[in-house]
Amino acid sequence: MYQGKGPAIDEGIFIAVMREIAETRERGEIGCEECFEEVDRFIAMELSGLDTAEAMPLVREHLHMCGECREEFEALLAALRATGEA
Amino acid sequence: MRERSNDQWLADLRGPGKEAALADLRGLLVRGLRAALHGRAGGVAPSVEDFVQEALLRILNNLDSFRGESRFTVWAQKICVRAAFAEMRRSRWRDVSLEEVIDRQGEGAVAPADLVMDPARATAQEMFLADFRRFIDEDLTEKQRLALLAALGGMPLEAIAERMDTNRNALYKLLYDARKRLKRRMEAEKLSPEDVLGAFA
Repeated sequence: MYQGKGPAIDEGIFIAVMREIAETRERGEIGCEECFEEVDRFIAMELSGLDTAEAMPLVREHLHMCGECREEFEALLAALRATGEA
Repeated sequence: MRERSNDQWLADLRGPGKEAALADLRGLLVRGLRAALHGRAGGVAPSVEDFVQEALLRILNNLDSFRGESRFTVWAQKICVRAAFAEMRRSRWRDVSLEEVIDRQGEGAVAPADLVMDPARATAQEMFLADFRRFIDEDLTEKQRLALLAALGGMPLEAIAERMDTNRNALYKLLYDARKRLKRRMEAEKLSPEDVLGAFA
């Protein structure tokens, strides 16, 4: 059916990207660098029981959208738990 | 390990207490990174000590950028984890070209019509897939198209960025713009992502 200039797209990938598109907002996403700059403050707030959804919504949103930053965030939490800092 | 305040860490790493502070920090980073990498090697044998050594250099070179908004050791572990993950992704994809990732997409695809399902539903799914692939060709710039197809093929942003002479942050923003364009096109076509997803549920 698709006769364009590239390979067809498979269903699993299509569903994943469609979910991302559904959650894409027209304005306001931050990039990986801004997230990286703020993520230790974000963790400090979370550990203090503060509401990061309200205080740092853009970092929270980036971690939701960016698989690589999310992977690093989860790894960092594991590191902090192992060293008694979380 | 001696307990230190943020100011003590900075003073020790910059002063006569450097060797002891470095040894303490190295020990902490090794313990943390071992836990961070647990079960995540994915075929690559990461050398925790090498990653930590590299991270220590970065940390020492960037002490001035520590703003004191978290514990120093949290900030240091953040740098270490990111450097290790970025390097692992780069090395895992070292021998794979952008074109390979893009071209092999769809090879494993199972056309919806091949599955046992309602033919009308299968046709609808096939149309959504074809439309979406056409939107990618028609609405995205060449860079956005390449980056999106490579990302959809599972290539990490660091690896794509390296091949496109850019960096991860700029690439994320390029992909964000691509998603916005695709969303606008879908709106113009009166297609909502939620409805499309519903057809695949």
